[in-house]
This record gives sequence, structure tokens and C-alpha cells, in this order.
Amino acid sequence: MSEILSAAVSIGFFGLAFAMVLYLISVGLSVTMGLMGFINLAHGVFAMFGGYAVTTLMNDYGMPFWLSLVCAVVIVAAISVVFERVLYRRLYGGDELDQVLLTIGLVFMSVAVAKYFWGPLAQLFQPPLALRGQVDLGFREFPAYRSFLVVCGAVLVTGLWLALDRTRFGAKIRAAVDNLRMAQAVGINTSGLFTVAFALGSGLAALGGGLGAELLPIYPGYATDYLVYFLIVVSVGGLGSIRGPFLAALLLGIADTAFKYLLPEIGSFFIYALTLLLLMWRPRGLVGHS
Amino acid sequence: MAAVAERIIASAAETFARRHRFSWYEALPWVVALGGYFAFPDYLALGSQILATVLFALSVDLVLGYAGIITLGQAAFFGTGAYAAGLLAAHGMGAPVIGLLVAAAVAALVGLISGIVVLRTHGLTQLMMTLMVAVMLHEAANKANTVTGGADGLQGMEVSPVFGVFHFDLYGNTAYFYCLAVLFICWFLLRRIVHSPFGRSLTGIRENEARMHAIGSPVFRRRLVAYTISAAMAGVSGALVAQTTQFVATDALGFERSGNVLIMLLLGGIGRLYGAFIGVPLYMIAQDRFAAIDPVYWYFWIGLLLVLMVMFARGGVIGIIDRIGAFVRRRR
Amino acid sequence: MSVTATPAALETRGLCKNFGALTVANSIDFRLVRGARQALIGPNGAGKTSFVNLVTGVLHPNDGRILLDGADITPLSQAQRVKRGIVRTFQITTLFRGLSVLENVTLAVSERLGSGGDIHRPAGSRRHIIDEAYALLERLGLHDEALRPVKELAYGRQRLVEIAVALGLSPKVLLLDEPAAGVPSSESGTIVDTIERLPADIALLIIEHDMDLVFRLARRITVMVAGQILVEGAPQEIAADARVRQVYLGERAHA
Repeated sequence: MSEILSAAVSIGFFGLAFAMVLYLISVGLSVTMGLMGFINLAHGVFAMFGGYAVTTLMNDYGMPFWLSLVCAVVIVAAISVVFERVLYRRLYGGDELDQVLLTIGLVFMSVAVAKYFWGPLAQLFQPPLALRGQVDLGFREFPAYRSFLVVCGAVLVTGLWLALDRTRFGAKIRAAVDNLRMAQAVGINTSGLFTVAFALGSGLAALGGGLGAELLPIYPGYATDYLVYFLIVVSVGGLGSIRGPFLAALLLGIADTAFKYLLPEIGSFFIYALTLLLLMWRPRGLVGHS
Repeated sequence: MAAVAERIIASAAETFARRHRFSWYEALPWVVALGGYFAFPDYLALGSQILATVLFALSVDLVLGYAGIITLGQAAFFGTGAYAAGLLAAHGMGAPVIGLLVAAAVAALVGLISGIVVLRTHGLTQLMMTLMVAVMLHEAANKANTVTGGADGLQGMEVSPVFGVFHFDLYGNTAYFYCLAVLFICWFLLRRIVHSPFGRSLTGIRENEARMHAIGSPVFRRRLVAYTISAAMAGVSGALVAQTTQFVATDALGFERSGNVLIMLLLGGIGRLYGAFIGVPLYMIAQDRFAAIDPVYWYFWIGLLLVLMVMFARGGVIGIIDRIGAFVRRRR
Repeated sequence: MSVTATPAALETRGLCKNFGALTVANSIDFRLVRGARQALIGPNGAGKTSFVNLVTGVLHPNDGRILLDGADITPLSQAQRVKRGIVRTFQITTLFRGLSVLENVTLAVSERLGSGGDIHRPAGSRRHIIDEAYALLERLGLHDEALRPVKELAYGRQRLVEIAVALGLSPKVLLLDEPAAGVPSSESGTIVDTIERLPADIALLIIEHDMDLVFRLARRITVMVAGQILVEGAPQEIAADARVRQVYLGERAHA
């Protein structure tokens, strides 16, 4: 009995850590897709370069973990603004197929760029000393870094939600997701809003990529191989929703961990089947707008 | 007055009729394919792959270019067909034409069943569902490696001679003509479909779905038929590749295959029926030349090309030819 | 009394529809007789377009029934209702913009004749379909533009194509959703003329904001407010009705 309980606790714990990473990476994608109506298959590229920035700054320049994370977010957010202004912007409200093809193109380029600069292998990621080893929570021990992910993720998610609920910027975003035309009519500068939201989403993705480098290793195929995960979170969560993807990330994180633990042979198959069923049941996602 | 009306109706009927009458340029791909046989006898294996992939791209053109369904999972049907033909050949039923027919039937069935689910949704959800179907099958093929051989490939395929007469030879002569003949038949059928009232109604759905509902068109059923036909054609294409290479592995169901075929089609031109004939050879020959030298950069340049085409040359090569044609006509 | 004695082409009984807290149709009882020339008016957000969507099957009611010639069509899909003769036009032009005017109408005619799903023969071999579509364009004075893509036409002409497509479906009940919306007044005369010359046996319901147009075309007017029918009657009764004036003038004051 205690073994089952112990396994359940492990699955819940590791699943939670994974869910935090998935959510940080994907929440920006939900906003881009919901707010700008843009099918962005290249979102993982920002997470990947966030991961590369963090590992490179730590490994090659000896920068502390915290500072590397901040730098990665800033760098990726800044680059994403250029992408948004030069490429994405021109396809807002346009043909979905164009968006799909453009972003597949970006994913392909990212694979080559990553391989050119960092080689084909996964990046070495070592958490700072303070976060290595185990922490004892009284009833049992947990890996320190995963515990940190859970806590850090919870703080970030709470902060993000509070910010979106309480600030003027958050109110604008919510208004624009709800009704874009109305938002424009009441004088919200949606063009600027899009850029800021895109940069914020990409920055969060970079943060998720960097924090999650242990769970989703940073290597050139990152943006294609994990794309399915990010898309599941967003489509099951509900486009444009902020909280929906969190629920979806929790489901995916825990289900994925559970299947890998209990049914490693056929785990992914069930995840995909489950996603298909969920989408059949609720085509607009768990928290989708009707 | 009546005479004028008669003339316009005649010219309208003519415009409609001209679309399904054969034009000289439609012979070009076949002339080139036959010419290619004699000009590049050392590249027949690549040639067969190109011909089979043209068929794959045509199947995508039907759903994407005509019915307006964006799919990231067309490899599901390609792979299903490839495995159907492959498993038959590995179990002593190597008659190629029967293999093709079975592949078409099985892929059509998968298309029909997944279509019932996928086509009820729109936008990202639909895209996701096409992707989910493909990754599920990919995963299933991976895990069932006792049957499929997994990523290492299916072992022991033995393909019999075509009609019991034409052996698949080492030089790829038979394979080349086999693929060419199958492609021709499928293209001919597809061409008829596209120019039929059914095909026009697909175009109508792509142009304006709400309007099609409002003129009483059973939109879902039309799409489902198109999706099923397309799946069958993709299945035949997969079977062709499996039979001519005597090999199937899980990458037949992979995301890359679904993505690449979209790129090839965009390169040639989407929704034109001939984009596949231009885009696929361009892509595959370039890949054969450059990817061998530097596979890393290959994806960079393909990605860049894709971005530039979406930005500046949406119609692909055919679109560019059209624009030059329009320019020349204006100058005259 | 004489109105209720005539068999209704279209009838709704207790039609209800709400989206969460928002009620767009609150128990609507409505009748449209054969050959009617009726207008449905009301302020913005009164539920006029939702009513059209309910009748044509785009939306499904939470409660109530819809009858066509006395037969219950409530469970039927949009396509099935079109086949039975309930046809609409759109407030915002909804056409195949890349296709020619003639082909827009041809697609409608060929769906009506049940050959839209024909996969075998080429579309151009259906001479009778093209002839019928062309004859329709001639009747509406669109024949000179028959072969031009719709998107190249002036907006007023596109509105006429909307009507032509609807007529290609041989409607029994035709719902025109703001047929002259967005058309410059210089061109709206043609649209009014076209509507006036529609076959007399079609039951016509015009959803409209433009009161001049309503009073010119309609022999009977229904006023809808907040998802309910406020009043129905002959144009002069409606014009004299105090409640209608209040709603109508109230809206004027906002605008």
C-alpha cells in the first residue's frame, strides 16, 4: 500500500515539475494564438534558444544561474520583437496556411542554426550547487532541482496571473483576447500590445526552456520534437486562455510522468489518444471561448 | 440580343469546358518523365521516388489546395499504405498491383475514420487532430516493432513481378515505369475529380464555407469524401515507395514527411494540380545534390526559402510563371 | 383574421435561444404567409440576425419549433432546409470572391439540382445548369459581368449577385438580411427594383435598418426588440405606433 502511495507521490511531484516547465513555455503560445489568431509552430524555437543562452552563459562564461536566466529572457524577448515586427505582423489575420508554412520554415532554420553553433548533441546543464542533491521534506526526500522547479513555477505562475488580473496591461490583454474589435474601438493600441505580448510570451518560453533544460534537453531538434507537447497544452487548454493551459499542462505533465513510469512501452500513444479524445469532447479546449 | 446572350453562354460553357480539356502543357510532365528515363539512366531510383512523391503531393493538393483542409498529418496515410503493401509483401503476398489496391483501401479506411473526427473541427484544433492521428500511428508502429520492425524497418519484403511479368530489376527500370504508370492513372482520376461539380464545390468550400452551407451543400460530407480519396492516394504513394525500395520504416509515418510534402507543394504552387509536378522534383533533386554535401545547411536553406516564399512568392513556381505571363500580355 | 386564414409558408412557435445569460430569442411566435412582402425591423442587438440564423439552421433553438408549409423542420440541418426552400442572403456579402459571377450562381443551381456532389462528369458539360444560371443573371441585369470574378465588381453589384445566388436555389421563403447595407444610395435603387420584381409566390422577409426601403417594399412590418416581437402590422399602423416610435426614435437619438 505504502509503495503505491509512494509511487503516486513521485508521479505527482515529477509531473508537477514537468507541468510548470510546459506551462511557462506554452502560455505565450496560447496568447499569440488567441490574441493574434496566429498559428505559431515556431514557438518552441524561442524556448530552445532560451535554453541555449542559459547553458552557454553558464558553461562557457561562468555566469551564475540566476543571471543567465535573466539574460536569456532579455535576449530572446528582444530577438522575438524583431521577428514579430518583420515576419509575424505581416500575416496577422491572414491565411492560416501561410502562418503554418512560415513558422515551419523558422523551425527548420532553427534546427540548422542550433547544429551549426552548438553541434548535434544535447547541452550540458548543471543546476547551481545549492540546487543539487536532495531535499528532505520530512516524510521523504525529493530531488532539489525539481523541488525548486515546482516552487519557482508556482511563484511565477501566481505572479503572472496577478499581473494579468491587476495591471492595466493585463486588462488590455484580456480585453483584446475577448473582443479585438471592441478593444480597438475603445482606443487600445493593439499593435503595440501585440508586440509586447509576443515579447512577453517569448521571454517566458525562454525562461521555461532554460529552467527546464534538465527535463527537456536542449538540442537542435528541440523545436520539432517537443512541438507536439506545446501544441497539446495550448489546444487542450483553450486558445487565448491563461489558466486553461495551466490545467492542460498539469494533466499532460502528470499523465506523461505516470505513463512513463507505469507503462513506458505505450505511454506516448495513450497521451496522443487522450488528447484526441479531449479535443473531440471539447474542440475549443477545456477553458475555450465559445 | 438573343444572339449576344447565346454567345456569352457559349463562352461561359467554353470557359468551364476548357478547364477539363487537355492543354499542350499538361503533356510536359510526362514528356519530361520519359525523357528523364533516357537522359539519366543512373538516377532511376531517385526518379521513382520523385514520381511516387509527386503522387503524395497531389493527394495533399486535393485536401489542402481544393478542400482547404490544412493537414500536418498526411504521412499517416502514406505510412499506412506503405505498411499495408510492405506487410503483404513480407507475408508472401507480393503481387504489386494487389498491394496497391489493398494499400489504397486501408488508407482510405483510416482517412474515413479519422476524417469523421478531424473534419468536425476548425483551425488549430483541426490541425492538431491531423497531427495527433499521425503521431499516434507513428507511435503505434514504433511500439509494434515485432510486426513492423520499428525504426530499423520491415524485414523480408518480397515483391513479385508486376502482373507476373515485369521483374523489379536492379537498375530500377521496372520501378520507374511502374511508378510512372500509377502516377498517370491517379493524376488522370484526380483531374477528373477536380473538374467535376464535386471538385468545384470543394473550391466553393475553400473560397467561402458559410456560403456553401447557405446554398445547401453538405459541406462535411463533401470534405469527408475528399479527405478519404486523398488518403487513398497517399496510401498508394506510400505503397509505391515501399514496393520499389523494398523497405518501410517508421519514418514513413513521421512528422517530417508531412511537413516536407507541404513545402514541396508550396514550392510548386498550391491548388493548381501541377504544383506537385514542379515542386517535388525541384525539392528532391536539390536535396539529392545538396543534402549529400551538407545535410545541416540543407534545412537552413529550405527553411529560409519557405519563409521567403510565404512573404514574396505565395503562388510558388506556377504563380511566378502566371505573373510573368500576365506581365507579357500587358506589354503586348 | 384574413392573415391567419392563409396558410403560413414559414412559422415559428415559441422559439427561444440564449447564449448563457444573453437571450437573443425569447419565445418568438412568427408567421410569414405565401407571397408575403414583410419586413423585420428593430434596433441593433434586437436579435434580428439571430432570428435569421435560427430559421435557416445556422443556430439551433433551445426551445420552440420552426414550421415550413406546416411541416416541422426544427431538427433539419442548414443544407436540408435550403433543399426545402428556406434561403437567405447575408448582411455582409458572402460570395465565392475568386470565382466568376456565373460560377457563383452555377454552384447554387447545381446544388439545388442535386448534382453538386457528382464526381464523374466535368462541370462544364452541364449545359442546362449554365443556361439556367445565365438566364437568372439576365433577369437581374448582371449578364454583362457574368464572366468577371466577383471580387472585381462594385459592392452594389456584389449585393445583386447575393440575390442572384439565392434565386438560383428557387426559394419558397427568402430572407434578405439588409440587402442594401453598405451600398451607396446611387446604386441602391437597382437593388430595390430587383426586390420589387421578385416572383410573387416567394414569401419574402427583409431584415432592414433603412426605413425608406422598408416602407417602400414591405406590406407588413414586424418590430423586434430584445429578442421579442414588440408589434406587427401594416406599415401605417407601425408608423403610428407609439412604442415603435419610442424604440425607433430612441435609437435615432443614440446614433
